[in-house]
Amino acid sequence: MDAKKLAQNLHILERKVLPNITDGIDLRLLADNSGISDVEAMRAIQWLSNKGAVSISEKEKDVVQLGTNGVKYRENGLPERRFLEAIDKKEMTLSQIAEKSSLDREEINVCIGILRSKAAIEIRKEKEPFFRISENGKKIIGKKSLEEAFLEKEFPMDASGIAPEEKFALEQLAKRKDIISLSREKIKSISLTDFGKELKGVKVTIQTEDRLTPSLLRAGQWKGKTFREYDVGINVPKVSGGKRHFVSQAVDYIKSIWIDMGFKEMTGSMVQLSFWDLDCLFVPQDHPARQMQDTFYLKEPKVGKLPLFWKKIKDVHETGSSTGSKGWGKGWSEELAKENLLRTHTTVLSAHALSRIKKSDMPCKLFSVGKVFRNEAIDYKHLFEFYQVEGIVVDKDLNFTNLKGYLREFFTKMGYSDVRIRPAHFPYTYCSCEVEVLHPKRKEWIELGGAGIFRPELTSPLLGEEVPVLAWGLGLDRIISEYWNISDIRQLYGNDLRQTKEMKFWVR
Amino acid sequence: MPTVTLNRKTFEKLVGKKLNDATLKDRISYLGTDLENVTADKIIVEIFPNRPDMLSEQGFARAFASFIGAKKGFREYSVKKSGQKVIVEQSAKNVRPYTACAIVKGIKFDDEKIREVIQIQEKLHVTYGRNRKKAAVGIYPFERITPPIRFLAMKPSEIIFRPLEYPTEINAMQMLSKHPAGREYGHLLNGMEKFPVFLDSTGKVLSVPPIINSHDIGKITEATTDVFIECSGFDYSVQATCLNIIVTALSDMGGTVYSVEIDMYGKNITSPDLSPSFMCLDLAYINKRLGLSLKESEAKELLSRMGHGYSNGKITIPPYRADILHQADIATDIAIAYGYENFPEKISKIHSIAGEDKFEVFKRRAAEILASIGMIECKTYHLSSKDSQSKLMDCDISPLPLANSLNEEYSVLLAWALPSLMDVLKKNKHNEYPQNIFSINTVFKKGNSETGVIENDRLACILCNEISDYTRIRQIFDYLLRMLGIEYTVNQTNHSSFIPGRVARISVKGKDVAYVGEISPQVISNWELSMPVAAFELNLTELFDVLN
Repeated sequence: MDAKKLAQNLHILERKVLPNITDGIDLRLLADNSGISDVEAMRAIQWLSNKGAVSISEKEKDVVQLGTNGVKYRENGLPERRFLEAIDKKEMTLSQIAEKSSLDREEINVCIGILRSKAAIEIRKEKEPFFRISENGKKIIGKKSLEEAFLEKEFPMDASGIAPEEKFALEQLAKRKDIISLSREKIKSISLTDFGKELKGVKVTIQTEDRLTPSLLRAGQWKGKTFREYDVGINVPKVSGGKRHFVSQAVDYIKSIWIDMGFKEMTGSMVQLSFWDLDCLFVPQDHPARQMQDTFYLKEPKVGKLPLFWKKIKDVHETGSSTGSKGWGKGWSEELAKENLLRTHTTVLSAHALSRIKKSDMPCKLFSVGKVFRNEAIDYKHLFEFYQVEGIVVDKDLNFTNLKGYLREFFTKMGYSDVRIRPAHFPYTYCSCEVEVLHPKRKEWIELGGAGIFRPELTSPLLGEEVPVLAWGLGLDRIISEYWNISDIRQLYGNDLRQTKEMKFWVR
Repeated sequence: MPTVTLNRKTFEKLVGKKLNDATLKDRISYLGTDLENVTADKIIVEIFPNRPDMLSEQGFARAFASFIGAKKGFREYSVKKSGQKVIVEQSAKNVRPYTACAIVKGIKFDDEKIREVIQIQEKLHVTYGRNRKKAAVGIYPFERITPPIRFLAMKPSEIIFRPLEYPTEINAMQMLSKHPAGREYGHLLNGMEKFPVFLDSTGKVLSVPPIINSHDIGKITEATTDVFIECSGFDYSVQATCLNIIVTALSDMGGTVYSVEIDMYGKNITSPDLSPSFMCLDLAYINKRLGLSLKESEAKELLSRMGHGYSNGKITIPPYRADILHQADIATDIAIAYGYENFPEKISKIHSIAGEDKFEVFKRRAAEILASIGMIECKTYHLSSKDSQSKLMDCDISPLPLANSLNEEYSVLLAWALPSLMDVLKKNKHNEYPQNIFSINTVFKKGNSETGVIENDRLACILCNEISDYTRIRQIFDYLLRMLGIEYTVNQTNHSSFIPGRVARISVKGKDVAYVGEISPQVISNWELSMPVAAFELNLTELFDVLN
């Protein structure tokens, strides 16, 4: 490229750094000498490098930095000093020392090791051991240790230029928790290429304008001016804006599918009586899902009040009442039904909804999207709270073929064109199904949801008559994880802001 | 759901038909079990909890053979009288009141059969038996027992026996701590003065249910041909069904079933009872619910595919089926036999008015307004720790505790929303600033409701950068409320999480709905941050309520 022409079109930052580049100059020094920030200098160097005017070489350097404890100890003194100072006047027990020196147990244990090795303390064994400062300890207290001197230095520190006694202190401190950290840093040094040298030598003759400004425009001064040419292919710094969380975007999308299909939204509380969450859904009281290891129960308030119609549910459980069912047999406990829990499924919202539906409201179609809870330890595959969506259709003429019809429609809208169902079991439905969809990319069947017709033991007491209610639901978190290629499900609610900013929008 | 591993050879022999892998896989999954894997010699399936009768090779093969039409219809199981007696003594009544028993003779036990029997027993314990609480099964070599057998309760210190695979004799109290089964299931007997026990007529211990058999007269070996089986628990019909599931499987294994007479609290019961139960077929109901128009003969055929018998309007239900409670369950069986895949798909013509919940729409608007001025939405959990909610915030608040959280970090319900955002800041210390974020979360407090808990949705919002201050967070708050068309008033207030004199209480139509201010340096340090934080927390539920 023509150095003369190019020189006319250099960016203001490039012009600032160019005269200051000496062979192998450190980037930071270059920035200082040019009177611009490190970032600006880096950008200018990058551009000049793109033009072949400079070469950048990287070398690595060991850097010592203070850890969280290091920062703390620099301010408050090393634990061993605080320990000695605490017992300087009189002997003390460990808990007294802990209180006076405000050191925690772990720190104290470290101190004892260090101080004993320096013969700075003596221990008197009583019921509880007493610690007292030794003569040696008094001497130690009077002078600054190598470690203390080291901590007062300036950080980050270049490890290569370290003196031998500093090295000893460094090694001692490095053994301890979070006081210092050693890391490798990359150092950039810059040199001019031959072309760069040529470029540096060019006298800028033509006056070019850098920016189009309001004042140039106002007085018409732009006429006859030349504007500096840009390298338009250059990378520009990224911007990012505010945005909804990606999970919220997906939730909104799912809601729009339900709305498209004519469904009305149900909402409700997360804390529920076991009665609504389980008993109304005909889950037997000894069902494994009710156990402590599966469901979160509240300690406070532990129990709530049962709604007036609770006896109907008791009857259905014990004898089947007038539903035509045999029921689960005697022994339904009011006390268990009163227990407060965190809802285990959004089906509890369907139960509430059914109990409120009047004859005149039928037929109706309802949906819910909400968090549900399961007492589970968090790992890459499991969360204790996650999103579930569920829809119900209530009408006296509904049947199993309609359930299949709705499932096809719903999952097609979700982006899965091939749907199949297989027999499954849920305590609150009959003709229960597992819903599988053909994964559009992997071309294999994956389990996505459950479906069925609510059992008469559920609909009769809640609706007042046995009306078929088609129900289906699915967990959202898996679909969301897949959309954004998340392999560790904890990332859904990890709120790493850099990741959140980079995440693409839900486009479907 | 329990996963069972079935011996494919045994299975195929019982079914009486060999199927290729693809058909086998397909048919198994349409029968209503979750297929895990099929290999050359194993079939691994998950059995749904409503079908404990399918937990064995025999039971599974029986259901499968009917389903594919190889051996259809109701199968009769004959029971011969053994003339043996089992006496249930009064002392058992308050401890573990019921037992159902049977004798099965003529099985040649080999390694494989012993494995099968143990698998049925274990899987039944876990599922139908609710980890032995509801039903516990014991199987004993009959030839080592001197009848009649007694079932009673005794002081644990007086029950002395050698538990299965244990080196010496110990008493039942020691068994609880010394035997692995005692440690695992001991809680089922904890605090009881007397333990249930089966004794033979010489006073030898057969077992201490629901914990462990005796090593001497309670262990099946390859020398065993005749077995005594009992199932104990709290509801005789449960015990009887459970026993039927095992006995029919042992019968399919080649055994002959013999009944015993149980003298139970003055009543004499002949056990097992392998006669079917009956239910009337309501074909109109079934056709209506399934959307089919099956004729009676077709329904009969489909019922036979599920192992049921049928004649003259009456369905004969096998004695091992525990799940037929209602005509709806018959509908399910018929649907499975018909084949879920064979039903047409028809969407119903229901006219309905769609609609999103109004409050949900309101919340979304608020979120969109904040996002539009550069705020990033975060999503956090509804569970937290008491420390985060209170101590780290320098705020005396008592969040509602959970009874059984696995993790201290997630052991209370949120009482307010800002702490979760502080936590987000803490986790993002290594990321670039500004960090301007918000979240909408449900918070929980005690109050007058069915559960005694009131839930509100709160919007928390934080500006965290070098220049975040009261003015800037007020501007955000002001923009939000102006765009929602809401007027508000501002009053000076105190809040221990904020800098004194730099926190405002906001009210709308006389209702306090928000705090706005600068977070105190103490709180910021508590969260190990070194960047100023300005924040507001707005109660969207109450705001929405006063507006409507």
